[in-house]
Amino acid sequence: MKVKITVNGMLYNKHIPNDMMLLEFLRKYGYVSVKRGCDTSNCGLCTVWVEGKPVLSCSYPAARADGKNVTTLEGVKNEAASFGRYMTEQGAEQCGYCSPGFIMAVLAMRRELTNPTEEEISNYLAGNLCRCSGYAGQTRALRAWLHDKPWEKEGQA
Amino acid sequence: MYTIKSYVFPESLEEADELLRRDCRSSAILGGCCWLKMGHRRIRWAIDLTRLGLDQIEVKDGWLELGASVTLHQLETHPDVTSRFDGILGESVSHIVGVPFRNCATVGGSVFSRFGFSDLTCALLALDATVVLYRGGEVPLAQFMATPISFDDILLKVRIRDDGRRAAYQSARRSSTDFPTMAVAVSCLDGRWTVSVGARPARAVRSEQAARCLNDGLGAAAAGQAAAEELTYGTDLRAGADYRRKLAAVLVRRAAEQCMEENKG
Ligand SMILES: Cc1cc2nc3c(=O)[nH]c(=O)nc-3n(C[C@H](O)[C@H](O)[C@H](O)COP(=O)(O)OP(=O)(O)OC[C@H]3O[C@@H](n4cnc5c(N)ncnc54)[C@H](O)[C@@H]3O)c2cc1C
Ligand code: FES
Ligand code: FES
Repeated sequence: MKVKITVNGMLYNKHIPNDMMLLEFLRKYGYVSVKRGCDTSNCGLCTVWVEGKPVLSCSYPAARADGKNVTTLEGVKNEAASFGRYMTEQGAEQCGYCSPGFIMAVLAMRRELTNPTEEEISNYLAGNLCRCSGYAGQTRALRAWLHDKPWEKEGQA
Repeated sequence: MYTIKSYVFPESLEEADELLRRDCRSSAILGGCCWLKMGHRRIRWAIDLTRLGLDQIEVKDGWLELGASVTLHQLETHPDVTSRFDGILGESVSHIVGVPFRNCATVGGSVFSRFGFSDLTCALLALDATVVLYRGGEVPLAQFMATPISFDDILLKVRIRDDGRRAAYQSARRSSTDFPTMAVAVSCLDGRWTVSVGARPARAVRSEQAARCLNDGLGAAAAGQAAAEELTYGTDLRAGADYRRKLAAVLVRRAAEQCMEENKG
């Protein structure tokens, strides 16, 4: 079928297989930050935004994204890099495979929740799994990042 | 993964129904697709409801109405839902995977599927919800839950009487985002109680005996014991039947106590 999907501001007017998932569409067009982890809606690794809302691209039909705006990590790379520095400072990553999905969920959470409590943070991010770490480094990085609010200085939305 | 021959956005419910009727076995209504995509169905007509405006949450004529395409995350964030029934609808879904998942999975897919493990149907059952089907009309959820699944109708919305009842939800999970090992919801309106027990692991059902204990003022512990004795419990990889029976007694007691506290407040 024919779809028009805007990814990070760029319009793609394409023919796609009817059963293609958004994850496959994005990777096909070079958005390789979007990764397949479980492919069963369990791990959060494939998180992207559709119309600003975080969704699992492994379970989101590409056809449904017709006419919609999709954002991947590449589309928010400055803010992602800024948060990434906090992760590095806290030694929060081991293999780093979970980071693209985790960062997309963190940046979405920042937009959705004002001054979230620890409980709200862990509830929001509970679906983004990390197999290597015990989440302690990510939690420290998050706290420091939410405290410093670097996006205010860096002029991000 | 499923395969899809034709992917359609019907422009009306009549069209969606007509596509479904062409061959119920090879057509599929698409909800959030989180569950559907894990199967291996060869779908002839994939019927996407997302352009039919069924993603609305409305309060009208004394009812709270949840459209089939409302996502689980909307139940956690929409003020018309969070401000009612002590927020149990949002609470019941808040342990399901994570927010990106709950932005996909829908009320329609969750309720129509009548999963035994469903947190949402357990909560809705305690609120005396009804489901509105395109062909089948409006039926009580309790009746709907007791019927076998046949994929020949479209769930349009779920309705709950906006009667101000107090409610509480409890679940036990082996790890925080796992399927529930046991789920319990209770509600109380003018001293009349409703108790629902799910993930037994069979579908959620009401415990009339537990409700009677609470109506008669016998206390939360007696209600828990009654639910443990009245209902059947089974064994799966999460828990044995005996353990579930004990869990039911504890969770019903806790939910009833929580609801009593709310009633005082
Ligand atoms: C990894 C994972 C973990 C989960 N954990 C939990 C949990 O802990 N607790 C819990 O309660 N649930 C859990 N679920 C279930 C989940 O919450 C949803 O109930 C499930 O994904 C179905 O919703 P959906 O919108 O994705 O439906 P889909 O997958 O799109 O559809 C499911 C079925 O319902 C049919 N259908 C969809 N919408 C309609 C409609 N409007 N009318 C008629 N038929 C329809 C479809 O044809 C299909 O047969 C989990 C699911 C997954 C994949
Ligand atoms: S790859 Fe999508 S949730 Fe794991
Ligand atoms: S750092 Fe390896 S999965 Fe998270």
